[in-house]
Amino acid sequence: MDFIFSLQLLLQATLRMATPLVLAGIGETFSERAGVINIGLEGYMLIGAFAAYTTVFYTDNLFLAILAAVLVTVLFGIAFAYFTITVKANQIIAGAVLNIIGLGISGYLYRILFAQTLKASAVRTFQQIPIPLLKDIPLLGPTLFDQNILVYSTYLLVPLAAIILYKTSLGLVLRATGEHPHAVESLGIRVIHIRYGAVIFAAMLAGIGGAYLSIAYANQFVENMTAGRGFIALAMVAFGQWNPIYVWLAGLLFGSTFGLQLRLQAGQTAIPYQFLQILPYVVTFIALIISHGRSMQPKAMGIPFEKEGN
Amino acid sequence: MEMDKRLQLINISKTFPGGVQANKDVSLDVKRGEIHCLLGENGAGKSTLMSILYGEYHPDSGEIWLNGEKISIPTPKIAIEHGVGMVHQHFMLVPTLSVAENIIMGMKPLASFLWDMKEIEKDIARFAVERGMKINPSALISSLSVGEQQRVEIIKALYRGVDLLILDEPTAVLTPQETHDLFETLHKLAEQDFSIILITHKMNEVMEVADRVSVLRDGRVIGTLPIANVTPAILARMMVGRDVSFNLEKSERAYGEPVLRVQALNLIGDKNRQILKDIALEVCSGEIVGIAGVDGNGQNQLALCITGLMKPTSGHILFDRKEMAGKSPLEFLKTGVGHIPEDRHAMGLVMEDSVADNFMLQRYNDKFFKKLGFLNMTAIMEYAKKLVKFFDVRTNSVKTAAGNLSGGNQQKIIVGREIDRNPKLLVAVQPTRGLDIGATEYIHKQLLQQREKGAALLLISTELEEILALSDRILVMFGGRIVGETSAGRANVDKIGLLMAGMQAEKE
Ligand SMILES: Nc1ncnc2c1ncn2[C@@H]1O[C@H](COP(=O)(O)OP(=O)(O)O)[C@@H](O)[C@H]1O
Ligand SMILES: [Mg+2]
Repeated sequence: MDFIFSLQLLLQATLRMATPLVLAGIGETFSERAGVINIGLEGYMLIGAFAAYTTVFYTDNLFLAILAAVLVTVLFGIAFAYFTITVKANQIIAGAVLNIIGLGISGYLYRILFAQTLKASAVRTFQQIPIPLLKDIPLLGPTLFDQNILVYSTYLLVPLAAIILYKTSLGLVLRATGEHPHAVESLGIRVIHIRYGAVIFAAMLAGIGGAYLSIAYANQFVENMTAGRGFIALAMVAFGQWNPIYVWLAGLLFGSTFGLQLRLQAGQTAIPYQFLQILPYVVTFIALIISHGRSMQPKAMGIPFEKEGN
Repeated sequence: MEMDKRLQLINISKTFPGGVQANKDVSLDVKRGEIHCLLGENGAGKSTLMSILYGEYHPDSGEIWLNGEKISIPTPKIAIEHGVGMVHQHFMLVPTLSVAENIIMGMKPLASFLWDMKEIEKDIARFAVERGMKINPSALISSLSVGEQQRVEIIKALYRGVDLLILDEPTAVLTPQETHDLFETLHKLAEQDFSIILITHKMNEVMEVADRVSVLRDGRVIGTLPIANVTPAILARMMVGRDVSFNLEKSERAYGEPVLRVQALNLIGDKNRQILKDIALEVCSGEIVGIAGVDGNGQNQLALCITGLMKPTSGHILFDRKEMAGKSPLEFLKTGVGHIPEDRHAMGLVMEDSVADNFMLQRYNDKFFKKLGFLNMTAIMEYAKKLVKFFDVRTNSVKTAAGNLSGGNQQKIIVGREIDRNPKLLVAVQPTRGLDIGATEYIHKQLLQQREKGAALLLISTELEEILALSDRILVMFGGRIVGETSAGRANVDKIGLLMAGMQAEKE
């Protein structure tokens, strides 16, 4: 096969695989910057994937599906925020519960609604929208400008996230909230409001990332179809040092391992496919080891905010 | 209301959910252009009162008047809008952000772009200079000294248009020179018609800086007086409620043999940071060696090394000529090292355990307290009762949990426990931090008594007054080194202050 063409296939796959990771990772970046870590991204994504699939199945409307995914995950996001911020529950435990619930609910409802009745079938998906002219640039054109709208949305999301974080009043407060929430509160800004906002934003993006899996990348819902992507997004945030641009680059790196794994399988190498499938997770593991220690981790991350004078 | 009154508090009362009444019918007024000190012992209710004024706590009853207008202050935001700013005891600065970012945080609506950083940094620098302060607006907070950080806190408040500034124990973390600079800044601000409320528990600061002083005791205002009408003795009596003697009786004494000898001690911490560097010191029997220094310059780690709780990277710790470096804490205990640790909650006591159990922490294995291999509760209780009586620990029973006692009484448990083991070397770290004058006096007397009995004492404290009052010899630590040594006595205060700030004292 022509080398350029196979590189192009790899890059295209990289971007496609990276998109759900980037969506969830950017949201989680904001949440952690505000001081709330959510290891339950996987749960959000499964719920989002299921809500989107079901909506398309019954309405055949893709944008309604995204809306549904957002609404449902935001509901779970509000619940997560309530437990971790208002009730001050342990964030790790709450996140673990969210994962279990997400996996359980999406799987259970899927079986009730679809599997038992054998109604499940492929649904309509987001189609590629080639952008005239740009798509004709060699290599980059087909890679970047022959994708679906959700992939395009990350082109806006990433710079926007960076601008919000580093150039706006909100971003400054966000960065401070995860480091020293009492300082923020002492200026008359409500830490709790900031955290609720960030957690709900993260839920929304993870929900869209989940929807991407069922109605853009695939065309159906499969139990546990996230296959650890929520955790990879979590690792990306640390590897990307809580900076949206780096988190995006980390997303591309992990996306490329998924893409490479697929390409290698398709290319019928001698390596057993089970080994290829663990590639993304091995890379995640290595990334976490590398990023350990020189961490910019927000100091107050994981610690519930207790209001007091001194 | 008279118009020169910037602030008037009328009958403010506040009881915390736990039942502690922190403020009782507090009334007080602050004039425009005045430096008003709020003096009181730890726990007198000073911080609570000011947190009420800053909108962080809500009073149960009482009125707040600002510029002759009665208002309520539900949040710090409203306080700032009324021109009230506060510099907290613990700084409210984000270490990972720049000076300018900390100062402008939250000044614009959240949904707006920030100012151009270069422009705003220039503006902040100009603003600061106009008010007699200098800062570098683009520096990261984490790169600043404590004194500089405090300046940032003050500018942060003023930049928001505040003209009534509250400072909560601002000098606790400063060197004498930094304190002096701060007071100069405050005077300049007062001249520009700013009102300042300065919280402190140190009488000499009141005498130095205040126009008027209000003394708080047990949540009540004992009185408000112009500074011309008070002396330290009057203030002390108002604070404590009885006469206080300032002078500790300290005999001249010839020292005995060196008990502790530390040589070339090095400690390397995380990320290859050198925490202690080439420490050498000697403490003789019957001598108190004081180590002065601003918090965080390696003093605590030095104490931990000398008591065996931390292993030095290299060097010698000789105890009666016997090498102890690398030995276990138990072996240190057995050779006669006593330790009054820096943090009585984390290291000194088990807060949930009874007073009696806390006396037993190092002695549970003495045969005196054992019977057939089990603890002999009768002996333990009797011993505890004896110690409680002897060291004047105020508790209703030796079975009371240590955590339920006041700070002073908790510290007496620790001091009693350590002293009763007749240590040859007693390492005391911040032995009176957070204690009232009475308890401080008591503990100082106990330490001096150990000296009379021939123990060697190493006193580590960030309170220069304490070091000066007790020590026979003073070492100063800065950046993990011992940077200087002076004999005891007030004459050397300036030199010590310079050393504490990391400046080599001028050659005399
Ligand atoms: N958040 C709180 N909850 C319960 N009690 C408190 C709280 N803050 C302070 N107190 C108590 O109120 C009293 C006054 O404390 P504080 O105002 O901090 O005194 P000061 O600043 O004069 O040292 C103390 O007995 C203290 O233990
Ligand atoms: Mg206080």
